[in-house]
Amino acid sequence: MKDTVEPYVTADGRTIGNILMDMRNITLRFGGVEAIKNISFDIREGEIRAIIGPNGAGKSSMLNVISGFYNPQEGEVWFRGEKRPPMKPFQVARQGIARTFQNIALFEGMSVLDNVMTGRLTHMKTGLLAQAVWYGRAAKEETQNREVVERIIDFLEIQAIRKTPVGRLPYGLKKRVELARALAAEPKLLLLDEPMAGMNVEEKEDMSRFILDVNDEFGTTIALIEHDMGVVMDISDRVVVMDYGRKIGDGTPDEVRNNQEVIDAYLGVAHD
Amino acid sequence: MNVSASGGITSIPDLLARNVAQYGAKPAYREKEFGIWQSWTWAQAADEIDALAMGLLTLGADVGDHIAIVGRNRPALYWAMVAAQRIGCVPVPLYQDAAAEEMAYALDHCGARFAVAGDQEQVDKIADVREGLHGLEHVIYLDGRGLRKYDHAAMTSYANVQEAGRASGRIAEVNARSAARTYDDTCVMLYTSGTTGRPKGVVLSNRNVIETSKNSAEFDHLKAGDEVLAYLPMAWVGDFIFSIGQAMWAGFCVNCPESPDTMMTDLREIGPTYFFAPPRVFESQLTTVMIRMEDASRFKKWMFDHFMAIARRVGPDILDGKPVSAMDKFRYWVGNILVFGPLKNTLGLSRVRVGYTAGEAIGPEIFDFYRALGINLKQLYGQTEATVFITQQPDGQVRSDTVGVPSPGVELKIADNGEVFYRSPGVFVEYYKNAESTVETKDAEGWVATGDAGFIEEGTGHLRIIDRAKDVGKMADGALFAPKYVENKLKFYPNILEAVVFGAGRDYCTAFINIDLTAVGNWAERNNIAYSSYQELSQHPQVLAQIADHVAEVNKSVAADPMLAGCQIHRFLVLHKELDPDDGEITRTRKVRRRTVEEKYADLISALYSDADEIYTETEVTYEDGRKGRIKATLDLRDAVVAPTQKVAAQ
Repeated sequence: MKDTVEPYVTADGRTIGNILMDMRNITLRFGGVEAIKNISFDIREGEIRAIIGPNGAGKSSMLNVISGFYNPQEGEVWFRGEKRPPMKPFQVARQGIARTFQNIALFEGMSVLDNVMTGRLTHMKTGLLAQAVWYGRAAKEETQNREVVERIIDFLEIQAIRKTPVGRLPYGLKKRVELARALAAEPKLLLLDEPMAGMNVEEKEDMSRFILDVNDEFGTTIALIEHDMGVVMDISDRVVVMDYGRKIGDGTPDEVRNNQEVIDAYLGVAHD
Repeated sequence: MNVSASGGITSIPDLLARNVAQYGAKPAYREKEFGIWQSWTWAQAADEIDALAMGLLTLGADVGDHIAIVGRNRPALYWAMVAAQRIGCVPVPLYQDAAAEEMAYALDHCGARFAVAGDQEQVDKIADVREGLHGLEHVIYLDGRGLRKYDHAAMTSYANVQEAGRASGRIAEVNARSAARTYDDTCVMLYTSGTTGRPKGVVLSNRNVIETSKNSAEFDHLKAGDEVLAYLPMAWVGDFIFSIGQAMWAGFCVNCPESPDTMMTDLREIGPTYFFAPPRVFESQLTTVMIRMEDASRFKKWMFDHFMAIARRVGPDILDGKPVSAMDKFRYWVGNILVFGPLKNTLGLSRVRVGYTAGEAIGPEIFDFYRALGINLKQLYGQTEATVFITQQPDGQVRSDTVGVPSPGVELKIADNGEVFYRSPGVFVEYYKNAESTVETKDAEGWVATGDAGFIEEGTGHLRIIDRAKDVGKMADGALFAPKYVENKLKFYPNILEAVVFGAGRDYCTAFINIDLTAVGNWAERNNIAYSSYQELSQHPQVLAQIADHVAEVNKSVAADPMLAGCQIHRFLVLHKELDPDDGEITRTRKVRRRTVEEKYADLISALYSDADEIYTETEVTYEDGRKGRIKATLDLRDAVVAPTQKVAAQ
């Protein structure tokens, strides 16, 4: 693992910058259950950071801490060099953090375009009334936002379903629409909760490609949770491994792959 | 020699200059991007073309160089072709879905020094084979997405090449090279998809392209203000003639879809006036309509059926201007308001003035359906070697079983063995670096063998095609064997996608059949039939029974023709996989490669000629990314009902 915070350039030519988000000694409890036990790690600008671990390891809890949905009992969250006070999720979104969900959370009855437009919400400044009567600045604002959305639709190659209600789409495409909505917020940090869960090999390959392209093209920092070890090892710069709420490994995919504790957690050892 | 029958115009760039002067501010190209149709006028297009042409000069393009162009239909790629012509280079459009090795063959064969690639996918394919290509110097890419990290030593973006071109200001040089082009210089080189052997590079001269475009545009009264949708492969001669030759000659606008998946939506938005589609596009449109009508409310369904019956009866006559009773005219008028008009609008065919289909035989029911709606759909017969047009149907003389009369300037003759020969101003110059094949195909007097067997119908002068000349054979008892004739009859059933009939030198005919997953899948869904794969659905007993019925019906209709009665199918099987261009079983334009199929499935064929009821088989398949796998299946072999042959009376 790289301890320096000096920016460096990866083998494939991307620049990894300063620490964007720093999780310091996070502990999260639900009643008597410790979901996360004293975990620290950081996410650097421009990198693809994965959090992996077996079922129940606390990955989703960790993502919810990052997104501000859970407030840890102990520890500090530092974002862009500032300590983050407890926040509501919408405040976190305004800070530039967007996410997708493990169980797709789209508006089923609305078209793909409208769903993606909702991702622009934090960038809209005109009031409800002005938008409703389509007056003055509101009209101009919508046009500008539509332009951003159309670029994302083009980027993710979902032009053909632009006007299709989300409810009629197959699972793999819904996942892509969700990614589109998160991207529409133009986030500094994009959180992906199991972006490849339930996909077939081809869909996984497509999704991996889109994740890499997003990172490459927009320079978006990405933190993702994933079950599929193969995919994670292929696309991530650094990986945090969790097991029973503890951090048992942290480093490049190669370092993690050779870590005995990680191997034990995945392959299983007899517990005393 | 620089003699031109077209008023001093000797090349596509000349036509461009004429159009800029004549129609400067009218739209020449449109492309949907970011959800909006972007357009370029003739003047703007010419400016983009000049910038790229100058850019190519700065990269060192010499007169006579070949420039490969590969990607989906986009204005910038059409401009690349004209830019190449501006500086005396030869554009070579390649099929965008070709595998890397196929592309390598063409790139190597023409010795392309430059390649213009649409996107990362095409760049990757070129990169894969680049080591073996000594000629290729520089790749120009259009969509830079995902290419940022690539080594840019021999790679530049399209925009950067244009920028360098504009900065260089070498327009005088471009104009000088353009002016030096003669009527007999090469206009374009197109690789034929090749049902047999390696693809051949067909060299077409400016004379071929311009004369043909002029004749055919006049035949159908194409004019400025017409609209076409460019969605067929750019490497295909048809697209070159429609989207460059005729578009430049007549000065009409070429519209490019947003992506291959949005083609139907874009078609509806543009509403082309001149439309070309292979039969399968019309087939799949009709299938979609029929499936959706099944889901419609009962009243709507009744209305559709009622008025379609009227349309089938009188629609084609009204279209041809034949006399129809006033009552029927009124009924058709009502139907047009209630059904045909809205339906045509949904299909994107409201404004079609001239529609063509070619490449394969089209089912009479499909053909009649569109004609009944009042869409002027016609057939043409053509080849790359003829710069498309050999025969076409004039307005008012349209039938589903002929391919029309000779196109303007074309002469036809039928050889003793039934093979069709033609001679025309569009006859190609040569096969590139293949004098042997050139001589085999084109004789000293300019007659070209089509490879198809056919005859000219007495009375009407229309040409009718039976089959590929080399596929027409004899059965063991000497009876005529014309597989395509039978296959086409089979393929007219919506649930049969492809059929391959065997029987040359045998006692009886047998067939492989491919089901159409859209149609059969929909039927399965409606009847609560569960299936997990194409393979499983294909071997479902009820599916096999349906196919058996179709085969029996086809046998009956084949038996009605004494000459071809021997071609009835005695045994058949339904294949466990679709015939696929990636496996080399059909060409990219979806023509069956008979020999490949025969070799690959030799075990299945011999089983069809045995007493077995089923056969176990393993087949190698190639995935889109070039990897290979195997699929295993046990296939049912079925006997078909054979109709009694009608004896030819009094002989």
